[in-house]
Amino acid sequence: MATNDVRENVREDLEPMADETMVINLGPQHPSTHGVLRVRLVLDGERVVQAEPVIGYLHTGFEKTAETLTYQQCNTITDRLDYLAPMTNNLAYVLAVEKLVDIEVPKRAQYIRVLFSELTRLASHLVWLGTHVMDLGAMSLFFYCMREREVILDLIEAASGVRMNPSYFRVGGLAYDLPDGFHEKVQDFLKDFPRWMKMYRNMVDGNPLINERLKGISLMDRETCYQYGVTGPNIRATGIPLDLRKIDPYCFYDEMEFEVPTRTEGDAYARFWVRFDEMYESYKIVEQVMQKISPRGEYATRDRKVALPPREEIYGNMEALIHQFKLVTAGFPVPPGEVYQAVEGPRGEMGFYIISDGGPKPYRWRARTPSYYNLQTMPIICKDGLVADVITAIGSIDIMLGDVDK
Amino acid sequence: MKLTDPEILDRLQTRFPGSLEVVPSIDQPTVTVPREMLLAFAEHVKRVEGYVMFNDVLAADWFPARPRFEVVYHVYHPEKYQRLRFKTFVDEDQPLPSMVDLWAGANWPEREAYDLFGIVFEGHPQLTRIYLPDDWEGHPLRKDYPTAGPRVD
Repeated sequence: MATNDVRENVREDLEPMADETMVINLGPQHPSTHGVLRVRLVLDGERVVQAEPVIGYLHTGFEKTAETLTYQQCNTITDRLDYLAPMTNNLAYVLAVEKLVDIEVPKRAQYIRVLFSELTRLASHLVWLGTHVMDLGAMSLFFYCMREREVILDLIEAASGVRMNPSYFRVGGLAYDLPDGFHEKVQDFLKDFPRWMKMYRNMVDGNPLINERLKGISLMDRETCYQYGVTGPNIRATGIPLDLRKIDPYCFYDEMEFEVPTRTEGDAYARFWVRFDEMYESYKIVEQVMQKISPRGEYATRDRKVALPPREEIYGNMEALIHQFKLVTAGFPVPPGEVYQAVEGPRGEMGFYIISDGGPKPYRWRARTPSYYNLQTMPIICKDGLVADVITAIGSIDIMLGDVDK
Repeated sequence: MKLTDPEILDRLQTRFPGSLEVVPSIDQPTVTVPREMLLAFAEHVKRVEGYVMFNDVLAADWFPARPRFEVVYHVYHPEKYQRLRFKTFVDEDQPLPSMVDLWAGANWPEREAYDLFGIVFEGHPQLTRIYLPDDWEGHPLRKDYPTAGPRVD
């Protein structure tokens, strides 16, 4: 069909040719795949016939390694699973072991755990917001998000000593008490944060880029979520208020007042706003929990069979020295049994299943990482979409490859 | 964890008399199901009891005990907010029915169990290695697999 309209001619050229498909590998070294994810795409023109994620490029054998480490040492592995949200990984793990050993953790330590879980969620969502919007083509928000994330990482560094893999939560409590001046630092952060959120909202709300690239794209329905075990903001974007902080509270989350944002559309746009609104709720929890914790106080259980004694005590007390020596060299025995404990991570249900045979090392150590199950829906949500929407889908289900490949 | 469906174990035992073994557990209702009944049990749990949400499939190696492997299934009731764990025991040469038709999310975890333990799931659409390369020898999460990798003599 000859026509003078150039655009019409081009469109005709782009029409998919019958029975001709092409296999394209997206990744594993593609920046928009947020790590080393390879997607094997079967394309019919620009249309996706099949999208199959191929994983394992970051497989490090954490589950095997954990079987050779003591329970306290395993903590360091959990950081490296979802390295954007190390604190919630720590939390799931230590709660699981604490349930097996059956120890009481001081209330203040539990509050501080809540504080850092929410700060981690904010940091993780900031990275998601920046990278997701950058995938769509908006560059500047990424820099602001990374800048503000650095403020949160500074808080984490102040408490734990490191930015990225803190291992701050230990079985029985925390590694150390909060540092001097920590409360003021958090107050400064709390003062600035609403201003930043307002700026982000101004940048994305009503932005044609966000609206047109996200609305109606990569649809996920309720049944898919149930079938695949999709959790976190992804399932809440289909209208199900499944949030472990509300339905199965741990660490006194039931004392906090916060909403669980949900949307019903189940598309990338809904997921975007669920995560965005969640950041306000995390902010509210941080604000509340700061009212409850004192700058100094109990930060770990007094059960010296499980938690290391403080440094001062070791220097002057023989008992403490023995406990420290035993814990560092042999670890503590855990009664035989099995346990599953899950917490609400930024990406969904982060759980640990541990089988103990009574020794100081786990017999079986299983990480139920949310991204692994969320990513499985990719063939469904990418089907019949465009190649550009595959990138949107990867960003909108918010995967973390350290989490997927373990 | 909260227990909102405490009669679940009684109901399951009435439905499958004499074949289930209730395992004392500190976190959620747990039963051991014989391998032959696994598929029927899983179907009942999903379609009748309403545990429609998939959570996890994993394996553990009890070498040198027999049967060697324990395969654990975690499912979830999204309205009652209740978890359920059922498990079964298999040997190296015994296949298990795949749960992919019931819970599509079992696809990758079953491939993982095949990859790292060598457990075969019958009826799985694509039972290939998921983490390790296809030409990898051995199954690393088995207890008789050395931590430092395969031995080179």
